[in-house]
Amino acid sequence: MGPFLGLLRRDLRLGLRQGGDIGLVLGFFVLAVLLFPFGVGPEPELLGRIAAGIIWVAALLAAVLSLDRLFAADYADGSLDLLALSAAPLELAVLAKAAAHWLTTGLPLSLLSPVLAVFLDLDPAAMPVLVLGLVIGTPALSLLGAIAAALSLGARRPGMLVMLLMLPLYLPPLIFGTGAVEAALAAQGARPHLLLLGAVTLAALPLAPLATAAALRQALD
Amino acid sequence: MLTRFANPARFMRASGALLPWLGVVAAVVLAIGLVWSLLLAPPDYQQGQSVRIMFIHVPSAWMALSAYLFIAVASAVALVWRHPLAEIAAQAAAPAGAAFTLVCLATGSLWGRPMWGAWWVWDARLTSVLVLFFLYLGYIALVNAFDDQSRGARAGSLLALVGVVNLPIIKFSVDWWNTLHQPASVLRFGGPSIDASMLIPLLIMALGFMLLFGWVLLLRMRTALNERKIRALRLYGQPAPRGATVAAPLPAASRT
Repeated sequence: MGPFLGLLRRDLRLGLRQGGDIGLVLGFFVLAVLLFPFGVGPEPELLGRIAAGIIWVAALLAAVLSLDRLFAADYADGSLDLLALSAAPLELAVLAKAAAHWLTTGLPLSLLSPVLAVFLDLDPAAMPVLVLGLVIGTPALSLLGAIAAALSLGARRPGMLVMLLMLPLYLPPLIFGTGAVEAALAAQGARPHLLLLGAVTLAALPLAPLATAAALRQALD
Repeated sequence: MLTRFANPARFMRASGALLPWLGVVAAVVLAIGLVWSLLLAPPDYQQGQSVRIMFIHVPSAWMALSAYLFIAVASAVALVWRHPLAEIAAQAAAPAGAAFTLVCLATGSLWGRPMWGAWWVWDARLTSVLVLFFLYLGYIALVNAFDDQSRGARAGSLLALVGVVNLPIIKFSVDWWNTLHQPASVLRFGGPSIDASMLIPLLIMALGFMLLFGWVLLLRMRTALNERKIRALRLYGQPAPRGATVAAPLPAASRT
């Protein structure tokens, strides 16, 4: 099996074996979303208008929650050194880890979002756009988050640091993802927003592993 | 010139000689600029006297962007050529750049209240400058997050380069999006659209801010280099105890 698929399988197996991790992320996502009706009041029109924003922000926070563990465990027990020394490029290993992170975080979040959208009274016509936007945009969150996770390896408070570093980079997916749902709610085309969202993900696909691998090499020095 | 001042001692000598003069010139230029812009420049035909905030707001915005560009270039020099002073320069510039960004945001807010009726709007230019502020904070946080100083410096260099993509977004945000913030009046195709009676004091203030930034930068770099000297002296400068021979090598310390 190629190095990419092998590493992907390994990370997926590790992530799924500790089932609590995925459950924790999903639980945080659901709870964060469910706090809002208590905070802003339960009127359906208000909730329906801000539903996309709430779900996207909660997805962002849930993705960041699990990011600092992306490389930390391997860094601690030395597997990261082996990955860096192996014949396969480190960028490929980063892609595999980001893919595993997305499959255990972003994808379940996206698939769970319609249920939460019902709780937030989102117009059902806009739900496919919400899910599609999340499916297209959450890989970018995993990829860009990998940069922050690699930069903060060995730092004193990696969790908070990742959050601070990721805030500027996460804004484009957030803006385009919520913009797509707003366009769908206004019966305008959501296509431009989704295309731009796809562009962000496609741009992150080669560039984020480059930056992440450079950061990992710095950490391993 | 870069390689010439790669020697920290030579840099200390040169900057020590330059620093007082730079400070005096910066103070003089800022004094001239402030008097000219706050007292002598004409009021705007639409905005009246409140236009004078522009003479602080616009130069600090220019400096906020330039300082980040400086950090990005210094980080690239540090990563590619491993210039010994490049990382120190970038770290010295960061708080100054963050301060300029904060001044830009605050003066913009004070200007927006009488002009637009709002302390803050979420338009593209204001949002991207706010993002720039958080980029500065993130950079400072990352550099200071490690016990090993050089690890923090290298991580910060990488982060600065990743964040430089925000700079064109800020510059062109008023062109790409329909924004409340006014579009470019100085650096644009077709030349500046601002009258010379306001452009000249604006440029003088910009020069003063640049000199101020240079003065602060050199001061902070000298301080950083002195700090490293002190740390090295503390670690390696211990005299041997009386009667003992220095047989064992000095303990390995974290790289400074």
